[in-house]
Amino acid sequence: MTNLGVEHWVRITKGKIILDGEVIFSSEADIARFLKTSFKFLNIKYPKFHKMDRLSKLGFVASEIALKNNNIDEETALVFSNNSSSLDSDQNYQESVKEFPSPSLFVYTLPNIVLGEISIRHQLKSENVFFVEDEFNANLIIDYSKQLIESKKANKVLCAWLNLHNDEYDVFLWLSSESHKKEASEEQIRKIYDADYD
Amino acid sequence: MPIMTDLHTELKASIIEQLNLEDMEVSDIENDEPLFGDGLGLDSIDALELIVLLEKDYGIKLTDPKKGREIFESINKMADFIEANRTK
Repeated sequence: MTNLGVEHWVRITKGKIILDGEVIFSSEADIARFLKTSFKFLNIKYPKFHKMDRLSKLGFVASEIALKNNNIDEETALVFSNNSSSLDSDQNYQESVKEFPSPSLFVYTLPNIVLGEISIRHQLKSENVFFVEDEFNANLIIDYSKQLIESKKANKVLCAWLNLHNDEYDVFLWLSSESHKKEASEEQIRKIYDADYD
Repeated sequence: MPIMTDLHTELKASIIEQLNLEDMEVSDIENDEPLFGDGLGLDSIDALELIVLLEKDYGIKLTDPKKGREIFESINKMADFIEANRTK
């Protein structure tokens, strides 16, 4: 049975970005401003970021931080999950329909679009999946990741709970691999997710 | 001396806003600069947004999307097309 480890993890919630337990960025601004300033904090040039929906922006920022200086290959898989699917973008698109349906909003009316954005950015040609669950289900993500690694479809898996609802964001992303020592058991993952970073 | 009308400026401002071209200002877009490819680097979804912009702001319904390639070549081409076809 494969035992997975955590290489790095990123938590984004309540105006804070936490990397491996350390707060690396914080802002009390609303979500729009928070996303803008956190992107500036990354100090990269990527104009497409500004065209993404807010769910993709959150996923992009989290993955950018977790994968910085990390050696990943194009087979690195993505296993994501959330509760609100793409509701944030669905509502914006529905609003636009009243006047003129917006093509650029429409393309984000699926939760797995963020996986495409991350894959484009990091040139991944890997397995990916996006589960919509009632709540954060560490077991599901870990089991699926193990399956991918055991079946040799990936060496590493970028796992995430990426939820956005009513301007509240709750992101937990971690890079999982077989080789790493820090254990990625359900208990350990749950512990990191539940910790209070105030 | 290139001709710069209010329509040119208005178009540039609308494109920046509609297509979320952050960090870009009206003065950054040249009238004869290609909007797609090497120029502003717009993509196919942006092209659809420009079709919506023509209808919403100028009352022009583009029935043949293939025409977009020519019309959206540059700000100059867009402005000429709008002047000749606008209904509002």
